[in-house]
Amino acid sequence: MSIPTGLQKLTDAPVESLCIHGGRIVDPANKRDEVGDLYLHDGKVVNPNDLPQGVNWRTLNARGHIVTPGLIDLHVHLREPGQSSKETIATGTRAAAAGGFTTVVAMPNTAPKADGAATIAWILQRAAETALVNVYPTGCISQNMAGELLAPIGSLVKAGAIAITDDGACVQNNELMRRALEYTKMFDVPIFDHCQDYALSGGGVMNEGHWSTILGLPGWPAIAEEVIVSRNAMLSELTGAAVHCQHLSSVGSVRIIREAKQRGVRISGEATPHHIALTDSDCQGYDTNYKMNPPLRTHRDQEALLEGLSDGTIEILASDHAPHCEFEKEVEFNYAPFGILGLETELAIFIQKLIEPQVLDWSGMIEKLTINPAKLLNLHTKGSLAIGKDADVTVIDPNLEWRVDKNQSYSKSRNTPFHGWNLRGRATTTIIGGRIVFSL
Amino acid sequence: MKSAWKHKDLIAIRPLDAAEIALLHDTARAFKEVLSRPIKKVPSLRGKTVINLFVEPSTRTRTSFELAAKRLSADVVSIASESSSFKKGETLKDTGLNLQAMNSDIIILRHPAAGAPQFLAERLKAGVINAGDGAHEHPTQALLDTFTILEKLGNVSAPPDKKLAGIKIAIVGDILFSRVARSDIWAMTKLGAEVTLVGPTTLLPDTFRELGVKVSHRIDDVLAEAHVIMLLRIQHERQKQQLFPSLGEYVSLFGLTHERFKRCRPDVLIMHPGPINRGVEIASELADGVNSVILQQVSNGLAVRMAALYLLTGGNGPQGVNS
Repeated sequence: MSIPTGLQKLTDAPVESLCIHGGRIVDPANKRDEVGDLYLHDGKVVNPNDLPQGVNWRTLNARGHIVTPGLIDLHVHLREPGQSSKETIATGTRAAAAGGFTTVVAMPNTAPKADGAATIAWILQRAAETALVNVYPTGCISQNMAGELLAPIGSLVKAGAIAITDDGACVQNNELMRRALEYTKMFDVPIFDHCQDYALSGGGVMNEGHWSTILGLPGWPAIAEEVIVSRNAMLSELTGAAVHCQHLSSVGSVRIIREAKQRGVRISGEATPHHIALTDSDCQGYDTNYKMNPPLRTHRDQEALLEGLSDGTIEILASDHAPHCEFEKEVEFNYAPFGILGLETELAIFIQKLIEPQVLDWSGMIEKLTINPAKLLNLHTKGSLAIGKDADVTVIDPNLEWRVDKNQSYSKSRNTPFHGWNLRGRATTTIIGGRIVFSL
Repeated sequence: MKSAWKHKDLIAIRPLDAAEIALLHDTARAFKEVLSRPIKKVPSLRGKTVINLFVEPSTRTRTSFELAAKRLSADVVSIASESSSFKKGETLKDTGLNLQAMNSDIIILRHPAAGAPQFLAERLKAGVINAGDGAHEHPTQALLDTFTILEKLGNVSAPPDKKLAGIKIAIVGDILFSRVARSDIWAMTKLGAEVTLVGPTTLLPDTFRELGVKVSHRIDDVLAEAHVIMLLRIQHERQKQQLFPSLGEYVSLFGLTHERFKRCRPDVLIMHPGPINRGVEIASELADGVNSVILQQVSNGLAVRMAALYLLTGGNGPQGVNS
């Protein structure tokens, strides 16, 4: 079961010629949802009506399973360099493979911050040596993520940064953000923004509202996010640059993005599994596995996120996988770091919260995990099962029932609020460029 | 000896029911009688170890707990944050485990972070008493406040949840940051009182209405009817947080001035958990006047804390104290 032994890095797995047989192929990029066979050869998707001759096909039976383009998570903290006690590129990408993800985008709030070409190069080198899935690094907006001076964005992109973001922090200076958007437009990469006005969020550690009132914890109000989402919409409109608002959490943020998109603004948004599965009432026990940034909000906010996902306002699903050591999390709620694991549980959480209540159908959900992030990231060979695209494929058993056990996680950390949850649906095979890196 | 108290700890008033509050009150009443004797010490906690762990400064509460433990014959050690290993970066968990390793029976914790006593209670076998955590709760303060109100205005023969029925209580001041306000709200409403919170909109958001109380931003609308006025300390620091412009403006809008006092019921009880800012939330003379029960609150605090320590270590309620 699971990750083949002896795999140190992705290229240790052989490129296979595979026939994925009899599965339900859900490929939203090509408006395809039908039972069929998918052929992978030489690392690409090949034409079943024009198969190369003399190939020894290995058949994987996918009957009753769903076959999708490899899932993409564009919001992951792999913690290397510098925070390898929380996670490494090796462990984080194993968690990704086990969760059905073939491509992850690594956030730059490492130590040092990914604000120079050397760090981007180091991450890519490390990924080539230890990663099991595709890793694309991001580079910082500002030097040392301090929000004061522009990082060398051109060099970062040249070195391989796929997007520019200060994730974990938010540029407070609107002039700097304007210039960052203008400048980055030259390079055809998006800017991701963690939307948080620090003056308004203050020392907040949970949603400001009913439960923060009862628990006496400092509130982090939704308005602190909405003000920045609103700013981003206005600056994107001004500059014409693409801006992506990360981990949306509130009614107002969804509304602002919906309205901006209607005006043609190049703005997009993402939703995380925890913001649609949990609410601020879960903070009642002061369990720091419910402390994340932005914080869990109310049932009403959850409904707005689901509505935004359903009507297309929110195009992207992502985990904000944020590992922290047990000793770091096992402190007073006020003092614990923000963030939880996501990669291994997100697919099943999305199935439970989106497919089962019919917020989205399979195509609607899978597009937010494949072609939509691929488009935003300009990954032209990914997110689709069209002929000639990369042979990145996820096979999902939609009916497999399993129980989350944090101690079985491939991640180095254990900070998940979903421990003990009974879930249905799980990736059973993860294939990257024709290489099988995970199979149940 | 049968244990009357069903919990390991005393963390918050919110999860308690009126009968449990009444048990604490009845036990405190028995200890108050003990405290009026020439020899004010009983052997109830002989051989028990009580640790007073104060990670935030306090004079009144720390002394009160320390004295309560001594009157019960416990061995008591007080640790203040300035002299503790917190200064060296030790975590709360490790401090707790170390104190437990010395066979402590009760740890009394005052901490700036809400939830810290619960965090400790979940990890220790020792009983934990919350002596104030962030803006969350300060249960023994609420117990002594309601004990004091019951003595003056309560209906002794009523069932626990009706003992303060018909009593109107105004809590005035910095509600948002007040753990005393929260514990008082739960304790007073559980005993049947009608509570109105009063303060500026910035220090009293509307979410407090969801706690089963009334909210007012005009003290003059509330004074005439109130049987009890509980004033909370207003902190200068809040000005820097843009929560009100000046103490002068606060006094003019919310201070209990002589002018306002004239419109109160003649028998109104004036309360304050301390420390008082004379001339700010309350006119100085009113704090010392006949309507003030501020020092009686302090006296009752000792009895209430003896009751909490006694019950948490297995004491059998008021009967146990008298036997």
